[in-house]
Amino acid sequence: MAAGVAAWLPFARAAAIGWMPVANCPMPVAPRDHSKRQDELIILNVSGRRFQTWRTTLDRYPDTLLGSSEKEFFYNEEAKEYFFDRDPEAFRSVLNFYRTGKLHYPRAECIQAYDEELSFFGIIPEIIGDCCYEEYKDRKRENAERLQDDQEDKKDFKPPNMTFRETIWRAFENPHTSTMALVFYYVTGFFIAISVLTNVVETVPCGSTSQKDISCGQRYTVAFFCMDTACVMIFTVEYLLRLFAAPSRYLFMRSVMSIIDVVAIFPYYIGLVMTDNEDVSGAFVTLRVFRVFRIFKFSRHSQGLRILGYTLKSCASELGFLLFSLTMAIIIFATVMFYAEKGSSSTKFTSIPASFWYTIVTMTTLGYGDMVPKTIAGKIFGSICSLSGVLVIALPVPVIVSNFSRIYHQNQRADKRRAQKVQKARLARIRIAKKGSSNAYLQTKRNGLLNELLDLTASEEEQQHLNKTKSLLESQHHHLLHCLEKTTGHDFVDEQLFEQNCLEGALQPYRSRTPSTSSLEGMTGTCCSRRTKRSVPLPIANAPASHAHPLALTHTLPKSPGLQELSAINIQCAEKQIHSSSRSNLNMQTNEVDRRNCKQQKVTTAIISIQTANTGSPAEDGGHGLPNRGASVVTTTSSNIIKVSAL
Amino acid sequence: MKCCLVKWIIASTAPQGPDDISESELEMATVRHQPEGLDQLQTQTKFTRKELQSLYRGFKNECPSGLVDEETFKMIYSQFFPQGDATTYAHFLFNAFDTDRSGSIRFEDFVIGLSVLLRGSVNEKLRWAFNLYDINKDGYITKEEMLAIMTSIYDMMGRYTTPSVKDDAPFEHVEKFFQKMDKNRDGVVTFDEFIETCQKDDNIMSSMQLFENVI
Repeated sequence: MAAGVAAWLPFARAAAIGWMPVANCPMPVAPRDHSKRQDELIILNVSGRRFQTWRTTLDRYPDTLLGSSEKEFFYNEEAKEYFFDRDPEAFRSVLNFYRTGKLHYPRAECIQAYDEELSFFGIIPEIIGDCCYEEYKDRKRENAERLQDDQEDKKDFKPPNMTFRETIWRAFENPHTSTMALVFYYVTGFFIAISVLTNVVETVPCGSTSQKDISCGQRYTVAFFCMDTACVMIFTVEYLLRLFAAPSRYLFMRSVMSIIDVVAIFPYYIGLVMTDNEDVSGAFVTLRVFRVFRIFKFSRHSQGLRILGYTLKSCASELGFLLFSLTMAIIIFATVMFYAEKGSSSTKFTSIPASFWYTIVTMTTLGYGDMVPKTIAGKIFGSICSLSGVLVIALPVPVIVSNFSRIYHQNQRADKRRAQKVQKARLARIRIAKKGSSNAYLQTKRNGLLNELLDLTASEEEQQHLNKTKSLLESQHHHLLHCLEKTTGHDFVDEQLFEQNCLEGALQPYRSRTPSTSSLEGMTGTCCSRRTKRSVPLPIANAPASHAHPLALTHTLPKSPGLQELSAINIQCAEKQIHSSSRSNLNMQTNEVDRRNCKQQKVTTAIISIQTANTGSPAEDGGHGLPNRGASVVTTTSSNIIKVSAL
Repeated sequence: MKCCLVKWIIASTAPQGPDDISESELEMATVRHQPEGLDQLQTQTKFTRKELQSLYRGFKNECPSGLVDEETFKMIYSQFFPQGDATTYAHFLFNAFDTDRSGSIRFEDFVIGLSVLLRGSVNEKLRWAFNLYDINKDGYITKEEMLAIMTSIYDMMGRYTTPSVKDDAPFEHVEKFFQKMDKNRDGVVTFDEFIETCQKDDNIMSSMQLFENVI
């Protein structure tokens, strides 16, 4: 249980009074608080560090904790000081706020911890001074992104009862959710690659007939056509499936990826429809260019591509600036070069637009050399052009690069967090911690009842052995859970045992036999029968692992109240499986008990039969030897195995 | 224009940016609440000064803003019942504590409620319980209200119980409750019937004293 929540335990216990009028059984006794009323005041100040300041300093801001009467709640009369159980490092900046009027954010502080401190002391973060505000905002944003990523991870689990359509859509969006989706993902990726490859290879010349070279496409028309058909088939099927599964078809059709899909497969269908008309086939050839858009389909498969695209989008303003300044420079220099070269003969700079080509090639430092200035003025301006080109292009590029780098690293971090191992280990730890609290209660129940037994047998060593010191808090929490059990008339039980009990069909005949008796006592059959059981002077060890025994109790009581009771031993297998235990009548056959044993048992359940002469009989035990005593009470040291027997 | 084209092409393939966070930053105003003074609370409740101090420290630690909203309350209460689902019962509890229906529990509500539960007379405690069961606070407990309460209590047990909680277990429990409490068989339990029946039942009377020493 979290330490902070421990403060609410008194509240939870008090609220349990709400169960009392509806409970049908008496409540268990509350654990007594033996230690005298502890003053929770620990004489420390802000965790031990004493700060001193004038009262008027604090009164400057009356709407905060320190400036108002709220701090009286933290007053420690003995030491005549105010005690706050908070971080002294963070408290420094809080107190400095009162002193100087400026709130600073210490860079070394974790943003969440700092926010909590501010919230505790009643200071709003908006008043952080300008000097530290940017840093604070940046850190806050990063934290929020991290939380968002965590939220998205939680959404990854599959909600139950998804329609077929939703399943397909989910499979398309997250291919790693199911094997089928993954297979489909890779198949489409493969076919995209094949398609692009065929488009490329189609144009390669292979072999020549008569005069000119023939491209492979013309030579093996049928083969390429089949390949193209296959690819388009796959793409069409994929597109139609996506269209079918999309939650909002209109939105899907408007999205860029779907447009790319359509553009990629359209030329094929148009080609099918079109005849070999000379005029139209020219346009048809142009349409084939659009087949190259299939390569954009890869962006679904490649995260890097998406990041690149996202970077470009986020750097749109820088790109725009780059383009604009380049255009300006090109126009200027083209004009200058044109007029500089106008004089020379046979010049290639025939017009200003013609000079654009030279300017671009020079500014990007390509320098093809197909257009070269011949006049001196032209050469001078040409060199100025190339120098300025380098500058103009070099300036916005680092901004774009840093943006890309930031987004890329962000994605890397997100991927790392999503890495299976980390998540699984973390979730496992959380689950264990959560289980720990409930298991602690169940463990305590077993121990508690064993303790009851031992009290009677007065076996000193074992009493001490079992007497685990439990904190008062734990015992109060367990008392609370016990009250809940009594209110509803059901007991908490271990998860594994519950499933085991569910699997056992052996309970059915018991259930059918006991409805009469249980209906007599109503819902309180279990606990109240236990109550009446107490009147019989035999303490019964009640291993909580079975739900057979309450029924068995009600079954046996009316029939044979005078009989002693057998108790079977609750033994765990080496694989840590709990066998069902049952308290069965002497009349019950042992084979009925055996039926309930788990199939992989390595240790048999032992039954101690008890004669009225109160001499213990040796128990048959496969695994462990039991000492032969009058009061055969045995406990073992290993936590796996618990043996319980009744007197 | 080229940048517009680039934007358009890349639009939906890119993941959502961090631009969405900026809106939430505008809602940074924190809601805070300060409780009444220690002296006033001492007069209103039956706690001593020291007890109030320790209660407040715990309260403030969990809820630095001084207000417990329903979600936080449910979360805190659920931590005590790891095996089941305590949120519905926590909802009813929340309404029982939040007497002025403000949607959040202040320290005063908290402490006044606790004072009744821990230091009040048996009648006051019974009245508090009656108030808890009476969801719409009309002075009558109907079967539906009781069934809702009972279901929420059974929900706290969770799945792994022995014997297994059957689906009609809360219903049967409610039936028994009404058989006991509803003297004039009019289908509702009034406060007088409730008090009368509880006072006659030793179990209930003794269990009411159970949590005297909690603080």
